[in-house]
Amino acid sequence: MATNETLLGAGFSDPVFQSQTAFRALLAALSEPGQARELAIAVAPPAGLEPASALALLTLADYETPIWLPAALRDGPAGAWLRFHCGAALVEDPARAAFAVIDGAALEPKLAAFNSGDDQFPDRSTTVIVQCAALTGGEVVTLEGPGIAGTCEIAPSGLRPGFWAELAANAALYPCGVDLILSQGARLIGLPRSTQILETR
Amino acid sequence: MYVAVKGGEAAILATHDLVAEARRGDESVPEIAVAQIREQMGLACGRVMNEGSLYDPDLAALALKQAQGDAIEAAFLMRAYRTTLPRFGSSEPLDTAKMAIRRRVSATYKDLPGGQVLGPTYDYTHRLFDFALMDEAAPGEVQARPAAQPLDASMPRVPDILGAEGLMEEEAPPEGDPRPFDLTREPVSFPAERDVRLQAMARGDEGFLLGLGYSVQRGFGNSHPFVGEVRVGEVCVEFVPEELGFAVDLGEITLTECQMVNQFAGSKDVPPQFTRGYGLSFGHSERKAMSMSLVDRALKAREFGEAATYPAQQDEFVLYHSDNVEAAGFVEHLKLPHYVDFQGELELIRRIRRERQERQDKHADQANEALPEAAE
Amino acid sequence: MNAHQSVGENNKPAYNYAYLDEQTKRMIRRALLKAVAIPGYQVPFGSREMPLARGWGTGGIQVTAAIIGPDDRLKVIDQGADDTTNAVSIRRFFERTADARTTEATDEATIIQTRHRIPEAPLKSGQIMVYQVPQPEPLRKLEPHEAETRKMHAWAEYGLMQVKLYENIARFGEVTTTYDYPVMVNGRYVMAPSPIPKFDNPKMQRSPALQLFGAGREKRIYAVPPHTSVRSLDFEDHPFRIQSWEQPCGLCGAADSYLDEVVIDDQGGRMFVCSDSHHCETRRAEGHRGAMLADASALHLVEDEAKS
Repeated sequence: MATNETLLGAGFSDPVFQSQTAFRALLAALSEPGQARELAIAVAPPAGLEPASALALLTLADYETPIWLPAALRDGPAGAWLRFHCGAALVEDPARAAFAVIDGAALEPKLAAFNSGDDQFPDRSTTVIVQCAALTGGEVVTLEGPGIAGTCEIAPSGLRPGFWAELAANAALYPCGVDLILSQGARLIGLPRSTQILETR
Repeated sequence: MYVAVKGGEAAILATHDLVAEARRGDESVPEIAVAQIREQMGLACGRVMNEGSLYDPDLAALALKQAQGDAIEAAFLMRAYRTTLPRFGSSEPLDTAKMAIRRRVSATYKDLPGGQVLGPTYDYTHRLFDFALMDEAAPGEVQARPAAQPLDASMPRVPDILGAEGLMEEEAPPEGDPRPFDLTREPVSFPAERDVRLQAMARGDEGFLLGLGYSVQRGFGNSHPFVGEVRVGEVCVEFVPEELGFAVDLGEITLTECQMVNQFAGSKDVPPQFTRGYGLSFGHSERKAMSMSLVDRALKAREFGEAATYPAQQDEFVLYHSDNVEAAGFVEHLKLPHYVDFQGELELIRRIRRERQERQDKHADQANEALPEAAE
Repeated sequence: MNAHQSVGENNKPAYNYAYLDEQTKRMIRRALLKAVAIPGYQVPFGSREMPLARGWGTGGIQVTAAIIGPDDRLKVIDQGADDTTNAVSIRRFFERTADARTTEATDEATIIQTRHRIPEAPLKSGQIMVYQVPQPEPLRKLEPHEAETRKMHAWAEYGLMQVKLYENIARFGEVTTTYDYPVMVNGRYVMAPSPIPKFDNPKMQRSPALQLFGAGREKRIYAVPPHTSVRSLDFEDHPFRIQSWEQPCGLCGAADSYLDEVVIDDQGGRMFVCSDSHHCETRRAEGHRGAMLADASALHLVEDEAKS
């Protein structure tokens, strides 16, 4: 196991308190969509996982939550890291995933490929972590919905063409739909299915 | 009298002292030992293990001691402890056919392989007090019985005998034989599968299941049961650790198993056959296992396409109300303060009565005014 | 047990921080995130057996245990008061198991666990309300079967609820539900606000605080994120109304707080006092004096800060 850890890079050094801190940031992010939150906890994430993505999964994932990763990550150090630290199963079918990590610029898989829950159990949907080039500097998107006082704007960059249209289609499934966490570096932005896209420019 | 000054904390601490005092009772009477409860109150320990959902006779005895013999409070202590225990995995399925039998009776056959074994039972005692037990000093040793004949090595289970003839409903594990659902870890949804129902009943209140089972017999449920078999004895628990890959023996537990044989008319697809009601419980607890098997059969109504008209046939009703720790908590929470909500009700009822009175007074006034005109 | 999970000394076994094991906390945390993503929807969760009785706040306790950390200040109230027995018991639980820093001051608290009240002082952004919920299903009294109510929520079929409320109006001239008054959340789910008096319902509407609801016995978690629409169900011709009193608080003179009625003698004597004990104390400390404060103080029923 020691060998594994040296090879793999550390997870939480203090799981009880670090996961609590990270969870509160995630809770704040999803209950107040559009506001960037910082996860200032030192871990050594594997290649291909943004620190915020890695922290979110360390905090939330375990053997009960299958994770979907792009094939390159799944078969590389990221897959091994998540198997070791979270004990999570990695699945190939996006619809079976409780959590997923996607590259915001990649054209596939579409958000619609993930599990959007059903009308009696909309909570059984995938939470998709979208890794972005940056959380600023992109197209300006105006958001409205629960957790937002009036409206707010975000401008993440490096997202594939048509991304916001996909997100609007996801919101139209409400109360079904996936929930998104945009991540880059140590920062993340929550975009639950309840958030409406008012305008993009 | 209204007390707005701080006092809650001190009052709570005082209740802890008082309940400790009440538990101990008169100090001139010797303190009861946990081992005494375990050995001499074994049936009570069995009930606490069942409803506390944890096989540990010592802890069950401790729970009964701490709870002054209150079975539900004792089960609650067991549950709250159980929830903190780490899970290593699931044991291998128990093989009750290999049970070391203490007692085994069948109501369906006069004699059968292995025979009827009466064992320790109150069934044929006359319920007359044995005043000799009032003596502190033991009333002498239990009379030595003549050496019993050794039991047959083979004691096939009665439903297996019927099954060999094709008369018994077949019960195969679900496809892939998945690990049974654990309702202490996952939320239940309805309709509930049989593994969930059996787990809920195994933890369920004996009195509640007894009442439901009785209701089935009296006609609130379409059932014509025979006790195929009740057996009590010891069974080995085996576990396969990941790192070893073969089963190791963890020890023996005492179990009571009841298999109820029920009539079933058959349907278009299935020829007439008997159906099964199953009950399994920790310790020697026949009443619990029998009640459970009656309700288990009643709950199969959906699978057999029978109307589920009565409480014992409705999984939501049975599962949501059989857990006595939950039920006791919610019933007893009514003694918590509710004065905020009650104030809302007071305000409403006073206002509605006042407005009603005003309306009636107004009517009366109008009627009085109207009278002279009517007289004209 | 892992060393880092143990708060015990001398290698004695000990309970994990905040009692729950980490796997359980993760399960509850996942449920909480889905709950905030679907405001008002009841998320089933694997509610654990707690060392406190079901119906005595085990849902709220599990939610608080899953979110609390060393930076938090915890306030626990029951019936609006910090000193009621159940509130004291739950506060002690978190002091023992999570070394929690506690407070009675509403504005200092980061987490407020409550049974039956929302504090009078306005809540702030960053605060989290944790409600103890006995019955999370607002439709349960109309339809006892979970399988049915789940479909009613799935299809937003709330006609039965409207009919029941309107029958009230037809019979009594108004809706006779005085507490646990149903609300519509984000225009989609009808939700039980827990048995708070309907007086408190308007405080939920677009509150800047995050509101979390835990029902332990019924194994459901739900949430209302900040700035979310929470509308009490009503009718155009019978708008929602809250309780009012003919007299102000006897101790602090507040005319706009929820009052408890206290029977003070066997001659029909009554005193009305704030149910929110911290609100009442704060007002008295600021010099507000109710008509019966002097009497109550003389009988040592309250501490009269102005006199001491």
